[in-house]
Amino acid sequence: MNKLTSRIDKERLLLGVAAPLLAVVAALVVTTLVILGTGKDPFAAFSDMITYGSASDSQVYILNKATTYYLAGVAVAIGFRMNLFNIGVDGQYRLAAFIAAVLGGALNLPGFIAIPLIILCAMGVGALWAAIAGVLKVTRGVSEVIATIMLNSIATAIIAYFLQPGRLGELQQGGTLVSTKPLPKDSWFFSIDGGPAGTVWGFIVVAVIVGIAYWFVLGRTRFGFDLRTVGQSESAAAASGVSVKRMVATSMIISGAVAGLIGMPTLLNDSHQFSNDFPVGIGFTGIAIALLGRNHPVGIALGALLWGFLERTTNHLEFQGYDKEILGVIQGVIVLCVVVAYEVVRRYGLKRQQQRVGAELAAQAAAPTENLEVAK
Amino acid sequence: MKILYGMQKPDEGTITVDGEQVSFHNPADAIARGIGMVHQHFMLADNLTVLENVVLGAEKLYGIGAKARKKINEISDAYGLNVRPDVLLEQLGVADRQRVEILKVLYRGARTLILDEPTAVLVPQEVDALFDNLRELKSEGLTVIFISHKLGEVLNVADEITVIRRGTTVGTADPKTTTSKQLAELMVGSELPSPETEDSTVTDVPMLTVDALRLTQTDLDGIERIILDDIGFTIHKGEVLGIAGVEGNGQSELVEAIMGMRAPDSGVISLDGDAISNTPTRKRREGGIGYIPEDRHRHGLLLEAPLWENRILGHVTERPNSKGGLIDIKAARADTERIVREYDVRTPGIDVTSASLSGGNQQKLIVGREMSHHPKLLIAAHPTRGVDVGAQAQIWDQIREARREGLAVLLISADLDELIGLSDTLRVMYRGRLVADADPATITPEELGSAMTGAATGHLEGPEDTEHAEDAAE
Repeated sequence: MNKLTSRIDKERLLLGVAAPLLAVVAALVVTTLVILGTGKDPFAAFSDMITYGSASDSQVYILNKATTYYLAGVAVAIGFRMNLFNIGVDGQYRLAAFIAAVLGGALNLPGFIAIPLIILCAMGVGALWAAIAGVLKVTRGVSEVIATIMLNSIATAIIAYFLQPGRLGELQQGGTLVSTKPLPKDSWFFSIDGGPAGTVWGFIVVAVIVGIAYWFVLGRTRFGFDLRTVGQSESAAAASGVSVKRMVATSMIISGAVAGLIGMPTLLNDSHQFSNDFPVGIGFTGIAIALLGRNHPVGIALGALLWGFLERTTNHLEFQGYDKEILGVIQGVIVLCVVVAYEVVRRYGLKRQQQRVGAELAAQAAAPTENLEVAK
Repeated sequence: MKILYGMQKPDEGTITVDGEQVSFHNPADAIARGIGMVHQHFMLADNLTVLENVVLGAEKLYGIGAKARKKINEISDAYGLNVRPDVLLEQLGVADRQRVEILKVLYRGARTLILDEPTAVLVPQEVDALFDNLRELKSEGLTVIFISHKLGEVLNVADEITVIRRGTTVGTADPKTTTSKQLAELMVGSELPSPETEDSTVTDVPMLTVDALRLTQTDLDGIERIILDDIGFTIHKGEVLGIAGVEGNGQSELVEAIMGMRAPDSGVISLDGDAISNTPTRKRREGGIGYIPEDRHRHGLLLEAPLWENRILGHVTERPNSKGGLIDIKAARADTERIVREYDVRTPGIDVTSASLSGGNQQKLIVGREMSHHPKLLIAAHPTRGVDVGAQAQIWDQIREARREGLAVLLISADLDELIGLSDTLRVMYRGRLVADADPATITPEELGSAMTGAATGHLEGPEDTEHAEDAAE
């Protein structure tokens, strides 16, 4: 009996790895065809991507990018785990980073007080912004997808309104850039000097902690169990005693709080101010990465690294005479393939397990029945 | 059956229709070969008329107008189905809906009809009418495959009986010479247990008291519908209270109100002396309510989660599942192993998903889980529905055993034999009210059946028992 169980598990693991692998391979094939279509050599491009991507300065760049992407992936995954589609991660992190940057610029405190304050402020703003959608959903039944899309636009508008000279912004560099008041040097997050390769953002430590916390809370706590229960079956969750509405609101708030962290690596480690060229759209990247990583803490990390790698290397391809739109093609194909492959593999796995259990039980049942007849 | 109807593909074997070997890829193939299925759960649209429901998806056959109506009337008359094409479906009762389902299948040209547990939702009188219809079909040369757990019905209606157990044919029987006991033994593979309770274990300590419970629902048109009206009863320690009634008369809502999944408009529910009317579901479960839901897939299991996670479901705050705020995976797994062993859940291990177990084994897992927390009150809604006869006997035994130890049970079932056999007290529910009560020792299924259609009310039988009269007075 144990033998069968372990076999099923091994198979499940294999199936789990098969899907993302399948997706990446499919994406490679499509990319090859696209590059061939533009009349260039795809293999030269791939080898350039690998050499350039494995250079030490690229590695640092990828790690730093992945830090941001990882946080975005986790923020989205929290919603996914309970069937909530938090599209608003994008607006949540931008608004959070903006307000945290304003606060950070105004604070003149030692770093060990200022930095936690800035981070908490960002988490709080993200949580509040997400809470609006959560509360609308549980009290009025508004779909969180619609609500968060709207909130993204509203966040854009709020930032545009306040990020102006004379309000919360100030004009920089000969009038091309508007930004918030820069953070004092005390409020910069520590970073790890990698010599000529560049510096690794210290916020990667926070990202790792968030990942561990995500794994622990979901897998090991009562709260996490309740959350997953709601994600798997709302009706069973309600019957088991979970307050579904409260759970929806809570997980939306937690998702928003993590979303608030997304802008922090950039703000505390890199730009030290929120300007109108602050990175946008990372919330949507987070959706792709959460999908790719199957909402698993390690999977999301791999997805984030892959995304960083692709971005770094396709940027370089542009200088080699390739079209930079290749990046969009690869990413798009990966996401599409991942969604399809997961569903196919999931159904296959379930069906296969059912068949195996059936076969095993039939074999088991045959034996005692015979015995019984002998006994008669 | 899914294979016969083309919903699933066989690994091996052949199907022969009219001497011709066939293979079905989807239900359309099966229909083309003249095989039609009447599902246990009706697939009809409430807001359409009978005519519209019948032609839906088969518009190409006779159009959607006069020609279709003519055809429907023709079929209806030929087989005595007595269907009126222009009535809205929502105005029809369960038996009429079933006739519409049968007509739907015939309209598509079926010559072989598969009926999956067609009598589960019918009262005895309606069952008789259905059997008359089936005989009519038979005499017109149609073939009927009748699937049922109820032996008496099979013996009554069938010309030939095939017994299937654990996916294989274990035998065939001739209904003229077989008794239901022999047939049952064939089904279980051993001596058959019956759901009879022995001596009464009823005490006079009230466990669950429901008083003047009322629940209304306002539907989309703004019309207020009364779902539960002035429901009141008491279940004592060691007592099984059975509630009979055709499904959809408020039983599900009553259970959900007691579980705290639905907020009643008024009324008081108290468990073991404590009012729990405003307590959340989790607190009620912690307070000692065990729950075997009527739809285990929707309310009792996480289908894609492993068995040990399903063991935690509903009892996440209780030991051995958790310590403090943390899940105790090791203890939960160990206890799942114990449940699997003690409740004879047939599974290769506790890491398989609950979806891969058969219905009976899923139910045994649920029963084991609920019993493991020593409930004071067990709500058992159709505890043996869709469960094979062996598992059924086991579940009955467990309920009986727990009852001896002072468990109070609210039993809701459509299986009248189960109700009569297990209950100490019977109530009949009709249109949201408890309209009648009966003594299970003296009542017959037929009498109970007529009360379920609303034909009889009050105390049904036996002036000798005064205890129930008191109950009614409460």
